Amino acid sequence: MNLCTLSALELATRIQARELSSVEATQYFLSRIAETEQHIHAFTHLAEGALDRAEQIDSRLKSGEQLSPLAGVPIAIKDVLCTIGDRTTCGSRMLSEYRPPYMATAVQKLVDAGLVIVGKTNMDEFAMGGSTESSYLGPTRNPWDVQRTPGGSSGGAAASLAAGMCSLSIGSDTGGSVRQPAAFCGVCGLKPTYGRISRYGLVAFASSLDQVGPLAHHVQDLAACMAIMAGHDNRDSTSLAAEVPDYLAELGRPLKGLKVGIIREQVEHAALEAEVRDAVSHTQRMLEELGASILEIDFPHQEYAVPTYYLVAPCEASSNLSRYDGVHYGYRELGDASAESPLDAMISRSRSRGFGPEVKRRIMLGTFALSAGYYDAYYKKALQVRRLITQDYHRAFQDVDLLLGPVTPTPAYPLGEKLDDPVQMYLGDLFTVGANLAGLPAISVPAGFTSEGLPVAVQLQAPALEESRLLNAAFQLQQAGLFTPQVAEPPAT
Amino acid sequence: MEVPYKIVIGLEVHVQLSTRTKLFCGCSTEFGAAPNTQVCPVCLGQPGALPVMNRSAIDLAIRTGLALNCEIASVTKWDRKNYFYPDLPKGYQISQFDQPICGPGYLEFSDPDQPEQMLRVRLIRAHLEEDAGKSMHDEAAGKSASRIDLNRTGTPLLEIVSEPDLHSPQAAKAYLTELRLLLTYLGVSDCNMQEGSLRADANINLHIDRDGETLATPIVEVKNLNSFRAVERALIYESQRQYDEWQRTGAVLGDAPKRTFGWDDQRGVTIPQREKEESSDYRYFPDPDLVPVHITSEQLEYARSQLGESPSAIRQRLVNEHALKPYDADVIVSQGRGVVDYFDRMIQAGANAKRSSSWIQQEVLRVMNESNQGIEDFCITAEQLSELVLAVDAGDLDTTRAKDVFQYWLQHPGSNVQSAKQALGIKDVDQSEIEALCRELLAENPKIVAQYKEGNTKALGALIGAAKKKNANADPRLVRELSQKIIEAEL
Repeated sequence: MNLCTLSALELATRIQARELSSVEATQYFLSRIAETEQHIHAFTHLAEGALDRAEQIDSRLKSGEQLSPLAGVPIAIKDVLCTIGDRTTCGSRMLSEYRPPYMATAVQKLVDAGLVIVGKTNMDEFAMGGSTESSYLGPTRNPWDVQRTPGGSSGGAAASLAAGMCSLSIGSDTGGSVRQPAAFCGVCGLKPTYGRISRYGLVAFASSLDQVGPLAHHVQDLAACMAIMAGHDNRDSTSLAAEVPDYLAELGRPLKGLKVGIIREQVEHAALEAEVRDAVSHTQRMLEELGASILEIDFPHQEYAVPTYYLVAPCEASSNLSRYDGVHYGYRELGDASAESPLDAMISRSRSRGFGPEVKRRIMLGTFALSAGYYDAYYKKALQVRRLITQDYHRAFQDVDLLLGPVTPTPAYPLGEKLDDPVQMYLGDLFTVGANLAGLPAISVPAGFTSEGLPVAVQLQAPALEESRLLNAAFQLQQAGLFTPQVAEPPAT
Repeated sequence: MEVPYKIVIGLEVHVQLSTRTKLFCGCSTEFGAAPNTQVCPVCLGQPGALPVMNRSAIDLAIRTGLALNCEIASVTKWDRKNYFYPDLPKGYQISQFDQPICGPGYLEFSDPDQPEQMLRVRLIRAHLEEDAGKSMHDEAAGKSASRIDLNRTGTPLLEIVSEPDLHSPQAAKAYLTELRLLLTYLGVSDCNMQEGSLRADANINLHIDRDGETLATPIVEVKNLNSFRAVERALIYESQRQYDEWQRTGAVLGDAPKRTFGWDDQRGVTIPQREKEESSDYRYFPDPDLVPVHITSEQLEYARSQLGESPSAIRQRLVNEHALKPYDADVIVSQGRGVVDYFDRMIQAGANAKRSSSWIQQEVLRVMNESNQGIEDFCITAEQLSELVLAVDAGDLDTTRAKDVFQYWLQHPGSNVQSAKQALGIKDVDQSEIEALCRELLAENPKIVAQYKEGNTKALGALIGAAKKKNANADPRLVRELSQKIIEAEL
């Protein structure tokens, strides 16, 4: 029995039909983890009591209780979402022992829907990074090539799926942190519209960009996950009130007449590697065969997306991370007691040692850009350009229904390659940050492998709240054979 | 050599709005709970927790803004003010930077030097923000432990910032007194300074006139002003200190950055506070966790409907419609809305305004102060007291006996004038009866008559006691009047 690439919906159906119990499914994935985790390091820690919770789901199902279409399915949660009674580390020394007193809304909804949390997945520290190398707990490895990065910041989330350690995974996406690791690991990943899923309990990196998003092997599993997590939350003022569509029911509509735009500045970008470009072209042809028409679209502000993102995000982060001062919770180290202000010394020492270099770099960047005398030149300017980028999207969506392009310029690169070159690392985000800046939904869909055997992927982007359109197109591509869900087997030991 | 100077004062007042819950979470704002019991992930600044705005704080801020003649913003927003402090768990305070809910306005109050003159202080703005927690530094017995209570964290504050339009410590105190009275009438805050519901910081400097040239001394912010008296004393002290410093050093505005001084109430001095070398760059920016607030015309209408009559309007009404002296009107209004209502109900029940006013001031307020109770707990109703005043006016009983009735009512709430008179044995007395009594007494006391005739009018006082002995219901005033008449008729 291979449950790794079975769709989560199908797994739940079997659990519901009592062909297999949730306990058995959970045991299956826990034994996969026991086998594989040593090579991958996808988790910061495993959740306590997963089997007990699976057993509870089994008995509830046995008693005839109607749970969600995903009840009983083992799921992994990125360690940036608060889970009560368990650690939430954010991949940081600062929170390495932190236990939240409350549950993130998105996670609570999954638990209520009967999903079984098996563990918390590794990530770049505070979700800052694209390789999961900045985690205080050590890097995660790409199951397709353990010398390479799984991407980031939700590297553990994508790797846990690619290595067959869970059936579903929840990540977060501030500038591509769901889509890019999904692309590097050959799984599907959705970044919903900003505000579609509550951010309550999602430890903030950049509040105006952060969004929770699901990862899975199958597009329909993303849809089922969205149906559970999406919706207004009165604990999050930025969450949207719009009604949640039946994402599953909307899958399967033919693509005939769909207008798909290709962003010229993306497919012609110098940094785009040929095999990724080929994947886009291949997908384009497949869409045409499915009845869609293709239009070339101009994105005049494409080149400003990364610089804009790397001002907005650090500015917000510098403020969001101010709460980690060693006073109330988190890492604390007393400073020099003879200092003029022992308090300042403690705050300074706790932050200097509690945060890693990438987090400190971004805090400093943001603090600088918000400072008196620089605010207008940097932060305010970035907000203006952000509006222009949003306008590029609005203009494009007057002519097309979806945008097709690459997720990343290259497939997964070797660990350590960009660690000392932050700008190169940042440039890896050039195709993903736009959707965050404009608050739009985007999906990463696997599109085969390179000649070296590394996954490649394409990105679809849609207007706000059109997740159904995205999911349907991705589902049609899946059905037409753009990709086949696959799990990388661990290297022989 | 003494040089003339003008004192220039601006005040920043933080008012705690009396919402039931905090500004961005559902925790109670009640004062006095055990430390750290009125907290939740949001006000504790836990990772991932998000603020959600309390709409009733907006309503109270609009009501206050309207009463302070402020422009009310149609769109207002929230900004983060970033700084590190242990009682600020998020590392930033949610405040309002460039789009405050209330724009320019003003407050008028009577000039303490010339009470018939009004002073007008212009207000720059009033904005909403969340309060920080409370740090308690326990340095007793060589310990240097600090304790932090986060119950107060997130409580809504309205910061009302005035222009530097105040020119004496007395005027600053009068401004605060009027502001507090207005806020209390509006019902937007209990303005309890002991509990920190009203806090004032003062910015002060001097404009010194030397040889036709005006020199401004460096501005000092005075903090830790825990009472209105402290405000007045601190500003008197600080203005003299600045003058002395100027005489000594000649330092003027621009020579030194703005400094912060704390008021030491026990020693009666202002003391410079430790200054951080990196002067405050709060890196304000719009809070991405909160959406801008659009204020609708319905909200404005609602706030207007909640305004009620302002203290100054009531003072005017009492003077213009009821012919009270401004002083008396002010005493009544200063007691709060409840006492004004009491006064109004007495008038409605038919009592004369001036006598109602003096009964309230002399008797009602006395009892309230002695028993430390509010007017709402006072056991004699306005209608009862009105009946008593009318009875005195009608000559049914004299003022002294009326006060006996008043005292009787305090012990026996709910009875009327008639039953009190009965209980106290007060009988209605015929004037002719008293006249006969006076003639009798005068005949018995020729010495007193003689003394009176010699010009010692006070001598008659001895008769009153004697008259009371013979007839307990004898009105002393009447006894005196009639005795005078009888003697003078003989002259």
